[in-house]
Amino acid sequence: MIRTLALKEFRSLFAAPSTWWMLALLQFILAWFFLARIDDYLQVQAQLAQMGNAPGATIAIASPLSGVLALMLMMLIPLFTMRLIAEERRNQTWILLTTAPISATAIVLGKFAGLLAMLTLIVAACTLMSATLALGTHLDGGLILSNLLGVWLLAASYAALGLYFSALTRQPIVAAFGALAVSFGLWMLDMGSDRVRALSPNAHFQNLSVGLVSSADISYFALFIAVFLALTIRLIRHERGGR
Amino acid sequence: MSSPITLSAQQLTRFHGKRRVVSDVSLELRRGEVLGLLGHNGAGKSTTLQMLAGALTPDSGLVEVCDFDLAQHPELGKACLGFLPEQPPLYRDMRVDDFLIFAARLHRVAPAKLADHLALAKQRCGLTDCGNKLISTLSKGYQQRAGIAQAIIHQPAVVILDEPTVGLDPTQIRDIRNLIRELGNSSSVILSTHILNEVENICDRAIILQEGKVIFSGGIDELRHHSDVESSFIRLTAMSGNEGQKQ
Repeated sequence: MIRTLALKEFRSLFAAPSTWWMLALLQFILAWFFLARIDDYLQVQAQLAQMGNAPGATIAIASPLSGVLALMLMMLIPLFTMRLIAEERRNQTWILLTTAPISATAIVLGKFAGLLAMLTLIVAACTLMSATLALGTHLDGGLILSNLLGVWLLAASYAALGLYFSALTRQPIVAAFGALAVSFGLWMLDMGSDRVRALSPNAHFQNLSVGLVSSADISYFALFIAVFLALTIRLIRHERGGR
Repeated sequence: MSSPITLSAQQLTRFHGKRRVVSDVSLELRRGEVLGLLGHNGAGKSTTLQMLAGALTPDSGLVEVCDFDLAQHPELGKACLGFLPEQPPLYRDMRVDDFLIFAARLHRVAPAKLADHLALAKQRCGLTDCGNKLISTLSKGYQQRAGIAQAIIHQPAVVILDEPTVGLDPTQIRDIRNLIRELGNSSSVILSTHILNEVENICDRAIILQEGKVIFSGGIDELRHHSDVESSFIRLTAMSGNEGQKQ
């Protein structure tokens, strides 16, 4: 049942022209940034060659690239998640799901999985872009993978957060702004003191981005995703009984 | 009548805010029966049907579908239900076939039977030539048909239709009425309407709601008994007294 819902979400995401526009724009910006970073790197390469332990192409190009992707996804994901529940409510198709013999858990997980499949494609495309560096230099595979994992977990977290906001309202725009405001707030926490920083997904992403894969960061993301999915499930389960 | 009870509701009550929209509505539906729910606009028809379909939880009362309590075993109960809300729940960016297959999968139709169910539902609703069309390009009448097809594709024991013939042209209304009568042979159908001759033509029994209360429940013949159905309806709703207050 979760698979049916996920497939349907995945297909309808790609049926909307706006999705293609967003993906095209995202790829364009990433490619621009990627080329600009390569350019910068080539200019300072002569100086780097004289240094003892100079940063390699991976940390100088691939890591910042995934940093940009993380920022872009923070802004884009609310636009995708707003469709998932709020728009269904507004279009009055939500009742099809609530009268079908499926649990709230299946609805939420199915929608989440459908969006996550698309986000995985975006992250994979960005990783492929970094992987093309292998044509000219030796790549640090581990660092690329930890970046991939970091962006993916961050995207999944924003998707879970967005899904919760989508369930809170029947106005898609309100859902999108709510999710964006909270994501932005969490991102800003990154600039606070150490204790406050620990709350920010971005801070945990940055550890992964420099190649530090620790169970603390992974658990943070897992907990973040689980909490927001659970809140969404709870909300949906109780809404029919409530006012 | 000896056929088994497929849908039963006991003393359903639902508030919207402080207003009691539905109070103490009880009804029973047997296999092979078509029940009409009549009433003025705002009488609580849609709210009642939504509670029967499990889209709204009643504030008090009990709904049983095929002997499953909707509050205790929602998934088992809902599997025996097909529901067409007032506004057909259609994904406008999907093709008719894809949408109906999705609806069938949601209702746990076995993959091997999908093609048969799809063909039968499309044939019953006159959608055979529209399988590849986008739902957004369909006319209002065909969208309504797609909505009905979605409600019957899993061949449920109970079909709940909220104003199924609204916005259709006369030929389509005739087709849909024939379909409802055909559905009434194999399953139970409950439909809401404010068109009286619809009830007279296709229903075995009728329930009249007024301000959320049942003011009449019985066979069509009883409604016909005194004069015709229309004057009975007008007499009954006027008798229940609250009409002046409403207007």
